[in-house]
Amino acid sequence: MVRFENVGLRYGTGPEVLKDLTFGIEPKSFQFLTGPSGAGKTSLLKLLFLSLRPSRGLINLFDHDASRLVPDEIAVFRRRIGIVFQDFRLLDHLTTFENVALPLRVLGRDAASYQAEVAEILQWVGLGERMDARPPVLSGGEKQRAAIARALIGLAALVLADEPTGSVDPSLARRLLRLFVELHRSGTAVVIATHDIALMDQYDARRLVLHDGRLFLDE
Amino acid sequence: MNGTRVARARSKSRSATAAPAEPSRRRAPSIVPRGTVAGNSLVAVVAIMTFLAGIAVGAVDIVRNAAAEWHADVLREVTIQVRPVAGRELDAEMGKAAAIARATRGVADVHAYSREEAARLLEPWLGAGVDLAGLPLPRLVIVRLADQGEPDLAGLRRALAEQVAGASLDDHRGWARRLATLSDVVATIGVGVLALVLLATVLSVSFATRGAVAANRAVVEVLHLVGAREAFIAGAFQRHFLMVGLKGAVLGGIAAALLFLLAGAAPDLVAVIPGGSDAALLLGRVMLDRSGYAAIAGVGLLVAIVTAIASRRTVAQTLRTID
Repeated sequence: MVRFENVGLRYGTGPEVLKDLTFGIEPKSFQFLTGPSGAGKTSLLKLLFLSLRPSRGLINLFDHDASRLVPDEIAVFRRRIGIVFQDFRLLDHLTTFENVALPLRVLGRDAASYQAEVAEILQWVGLGERMDARPPVLSGGEKQRAAIARALIGLAALVLADEPTGSVDPSLARRLLRLFVELHRSGTAVVIATHDIALMDQYDARRLVLHDGRLFLDE
Repeated sequence: MNGTRVARARSKSRSATAAPAEPSRRRAPSIVPRGTVAGNSLVAVVAIMTFLAGIAVGAVDIVRNAAAEWHADVLREVTIQVRPVAGRELDAEMGKAAAIARATRGVADVHAYSREEAARLLEPWLGAGVDLAGLPLPRLVIVRLADQGEPDLAGLRRALAEQVAGASLDDHRGWARRLATLSDVVATIGVGVLALVLLATVLSVSFATRGAVAANRAVVEVLHLVGAREAFIAGAFQRHFLMVGLKGAVLGGIAAALLFLLAGAAPDLVAVIPGGSDAALLLGRVMLDRSGYAAIAGVGLLVAIVTAIASRRTVAQTLRTID
């Protein structure tokens, strides 16, 4: 599904923050991406999400050379990738329901056609009673679950999560992890970037370890 | 497929305890937040610009209508001037001139100014009670032309030259030409003001749009995140700014129309303005006709369209800098 070959990344004329990355992500797989702060986890996720272009090397995504994609094609590819950020990136002027429905709206779907779908996924993440609340009144855990629901609503084949449990307490972190595991079991490939070793110890999965810009695989 | 997947996963989730609620939502809300500071100031800018453009267009309409009226008045009348000639009786020459005028085709009415009337015409310059008997003053015959039919002015001119000593015919063409020129100049100035106002609108809308898009950077980023194409994002912002433009244009247009309505309904208010009474004397009542109000509405529509086009261009340019 995703193949990196000798990928390097530098910002401007600075030093390389990612060096010679060669690895793959298989369909329906689950992996943690870990490493100390500043190791380049977020940069790697951005490469996977096509919001950064590599300085060198080849990224193959869904059997396409990512370097050849034009902006509108990138937009279409992003619909197959769900992403969850530590800072949620929800729109404060929209309700939870409307935030989660956004990926379906950009497909041009009519509001009436996706109501049941959005309501169902909000129930699944446990926000069935908070559909009409706006993000400023949601708790950190609720915001994170809304962000996860938004990443999943558009039939994502690959879900990327950047420190999804970084701002919640350990018991909520376990519940969020369980959501990702259930998602993986239902057939979605999942990459969770985290430096929380306790979280990773709760689920036996492949670990991609970034250190000093290089990637080490812990299968 | 997703529904099945979610349903399957949901069945294992502890959080799924209740059946999905049926939300009663009709329309999806605007993606771009409404009522922001940048949006409100843009409404004010567009309203002010439309107001100024509306005033310019309305003023041009009034002056053009007044000029057309003067023009018609002036062309409906010609004047015969009879200068005293040595050896000829002026009153007799006046009588001959009036008779010739009456006999001319296309003449509705002839009025020969008597000596007293001629003296009254000069009163503002010479004062009352001056004995004009000794002065060789020319006298006038006012010839009012019929509304229909082409008057035979050439025949009148020829007959006067042949039969009346010291007579000349003034058909006011020079004055009419000047009026036409004045009216054209006023219209050109109006179009120039309108062009400047539209240019200023484009510039201020561009700056305000850039500011608004920058302020909504988070919205653009999230839309990129969920796989929105550029056209979708630009469309969302364009719809937003078209509404902003329309709101401003309607407010500004109504304010301009109200001002003309007020000036037309209460001419005393116009007279209070310095120079207002002179203007009223020259232009008649400051009153817009239907075409004037239509022109103001047209200007409002134009400003709204210009706002939408300017914001679309700016959004497209600004989006390229955000990812």
